Amino acid sequence: MADPGGGAVCNGTLHNQRAADCHGGNCWKNGVVKEAQQNGNSNFCKPFVESFEEAPLHVMVFTYLGYGIGTLFGYLRDFLRNSGIEKCNAAVEREEQKDFVPLYQNFENFYTRNLYMRIRDNWNRPICSAPGAVFDVMERVTDDYNWTFRFTGRVIKDVINMGSYNFLGLAAKYDESMSTVKEVLETYGLGVGSTRQEMGTLDKHKELEDLVAKFLNVEDAMVFGMGFATNSMNIPALVGKGCLILSDELNHASLVLGARLSGATIRIFKHNNMQSLEKLLRDAVIYGQPRTRRAWRKILILVEGIYSMEGSIVCLPDIVALKKKYKAYLYIDEAHSIGSVGPTGRGVVEFFGMDPRDIDVFMGTFTKSFGAAGGYIAGRKDLVDYLRTYSHSAAYATSMSPPVAEQIIRVMKLIMGLDGTTKGLQKIQQLAKNTRYFRQRLSKMGFIVYGNEESPVVPLLLYMPAKVAAFARHLLKRKIGVVVVGFPATPLAEARARFCVSAAHTREMLDTVLEALDEMGDLLDVKYSRNRKSARPELYDEMSFELED
Amino acid sequence: MKTEEAIIYSYGFATIASAIPAYSKRGDIVFVDKAACFAIQKGLQASRSDIKLFNHNDMDDLERLLKEQEIEDQKNPRKARVTRRFIIVEGLYMNTGTVCPLPELVKLKYKYKARIFLEESLSFGVLGEHGRGVTEHFGINIDDIDLISANMENSLASIGGFCCGRSFVIDHQRLSGQGYCFSASLPPLLAAAAIEALNIMEENPGIFAVLKEKCKRIHKALQGIPGLKVVGESISPALHLQLEETTGCRERDVKLLQEIVNQCMDRGIALTQARYLEKEEKYLPPPSIRVVVTVEQTEEELEKAASTISEVAQTVLL
Repeated sequence: MADPGGGAVCNGTLHNQRAADCHGGNCWKNGVVKEAQQNGNSNFCKPFVESFEEAPLHVMVFTYLGYGIGTLFGYLRDFLRNSGIEKCNAAVEREEQKDFVPLYQNFENFYTRNLYMRIRDNWNRPICSAPGAVFDVMERVTDDYNWTFRFTGRVIKDVINMGSYNFLGLAAKYDESMSTVKEVLETYGLGVGSTRQEMGTLDKHKELEDLVAKFLNVEDAMVFGMGFATNSMNIPALVGKGCLILSDELNHASLVLGARLSGATIRIFKHNNMQSLEKLLRDAVIYGQPRTRRAWRKILILVEGIYSMEGSIVCLPDIVALKKKYKAYLYIDEAHSIGSVGPTGRGVVEFFGMDPRDIDVFMGTFTKSFGAAGGYIAGRKDLVDYLRTYSHSAAYATSMSPPVAEQIIRVMKLIMGLDGTTKGLQKIQQLAKNTRYFRQRLSKMGFIVYGNEESPVVPLLLYMPAKVAAFARHLLKRKIGVVVVGFPATPLAEARARFCVSAAHTREMLDTVLEALDEMGDLLDVKYSRNRKSARPELYDEMSFELED
Repeated sequence: MKTEEAIIYSYGFATIASAIPAYSKRGDIVFVDKAACFAIQKGLQASRSDIKLFNHNDMDDLERLLKEQEIEDQKNPRKARVTRRFIIVEGLYMNTGTVCPLPELVKLKYKYKARIFLEESLSFGVLGEHGRGVTEHFGINIDDIDLISANMENSLASIGGFCCGRSFVIDHQRLSGQGYCFSASLPPLLAAAAIEALNIMEENPGIFAVLKEKCKRIHKALQGIPGLKVVGESISPALHLQLEETTGCRERDVKLLQEIVNQCMDRGIALTQARYLEKEEKYLPPPSIRVVVTVEQTEEELEKAASTISEVAQTVLL
């Protein structure tokens, strides 16, 4: 069986040699071989290529102009609506409550009413099949310009799915391998009805937690029912007043909420910028707390593995070096990177070839790569034991549903190769191949694509709000489903379409999508990139490898 | 629920904790009951509004606070015109097992112009003729309540939560509810289970009367236990058993109750202590054992449970 750069699996059994630590310079830990480090040679030798190209000036001007015209029209329409000339389709306050203080500020809803409403049909589209590589979308039409929708009853079948987080292609319809999930459903039922500390800990949870700990190469793990809630309920349990949180500019809303709820001081550093982070760390260590000048009780750095809107991967070796120098703690949110990067899918730590013992708190979700729902926190045993007692979620929120836990167990065994096949490994390699192919073709075509070359989240910049809508609608007509994102999830002028490459996509599907994107790019004129394309032909187009005479 | 619109969240805790910050921002005023559950407290913390607590189920205290607020408003009418006022109550309180006095609340709402958010996690599927909750129980028009939030983890035996109300109110959460926009949606399996459960509720409305019977029975049966007092109304399916005289130290109370729970477990009755995070709660309820009833338990089982608890309590406490 092939040895995929790490020796994770050998004939279906894991080598567990904790006792014998050094075998001729190599270190075995849970079957992962780490070559002995020599002076100056680190394990990490992949080039780290990230690009965030800026758009040409005329594009930005037109974008702002577009928003400006939209706003003007918005004011005009509001005026017409208020003076009764135009019929108002929006929901209004009850008659009896008209003299209450208005529930929404007028301006809060301005954006929703006037700009978002025009292109609202591109979001909240219901689907009616499993979100695999192809799926079915319910057709809906609007008679009154997106104020209300009506389902025609028809279903658009076989739409290529470039929007769901389905990195390993595991969010698929029922097949025989899912029979364990069905058995668990029949034995345990669905709802748990209690919190972890009261009556909600099942043996399935224990099994899952042990498996997660083995997967990540850490001592212990704890699972929760929802990914968002994992962050927002555990960060307050770990840090409190008198602690400092250094969080990345583009952190997810759950991290921001967790940081705010904890009551600690929050300082933000520029996205993936190590100089900015170092400056903040130095200031924190030198000057201490703002008024009393005492030392901070804890300094916690919050970063994500892959950022979902940018597609960039965190610069982990640099952060770990900084953390060790200034004695801070590191909390890494691997929602998108677990299961999708790294030679065996173990996340960014494996991607960079680093030691899991350097990271203090691992957090991740099971929604993206595992086709289930929920989140986990893993790390040292005393950390996890502390969380079992003091986490808000353990005391007040219900635990994970048993069939969902069984699905995650099944998938994790597949990825780790514990079921005796290499299917998991093949999926991960297929994902890496698809990612590289997709990204290379897109940048060759001339689109501006953000992010790291190895990240399976591919944001393609569109900038103007009208193009965003046109892009999504045209692609749906060609039976390709994409996710477009605008303000407020992204900065105002940087609306984008975000593709999620999956291991379930075949080369033909990707080619179909790329051709459609090519035509769209020409039709809508979104090929803004000014990078010159390489003159060398790509190897995958080559038919023969002999020199022409 | 006979409302215009509803929105589904994938986790019960996140439902109310995301709904409150979507409407109530910094500078708004929220009147909350002291016995509100932890999820509400977290939602309030995330919203950064001004919080005014009133004593549990005490309408006079609430009226006093509302009057004070009115006086403040008259001093500063411009500010008053933009600060929103909310009253957040639970239908059936999880920490005490009592029902909120909804008719008086609605009267106060119209008198002082505040909006009511009702949290029906325990009362949905329990109170009311058809299980529609505390509004049906008291016979109040559902449009009077601005937002009803409930989680599907108690009565519907699924995972997740929902908020329902008028479209005017609920539609706003589709763009500004954090647990809705920034989080994964509910797995179809759990949604299908909830749909089935709702169908069952609609087809057999008789189960609510049966549940009420059983609640009353267990309430009566647990009344006479020496050393433990029953906290909760007779129609509530989740009651608390607290020590009649506390030993003064919370830890020792907790140990005693844990003894009772362990011995009951040995005799085949599964009970649990109500767990709280002691450092985080604003008003920590006294330690108690939570007793929950379901429709499926037969009368003999209820009798056996009551007598076991009674025996164990006598051995441990005396």
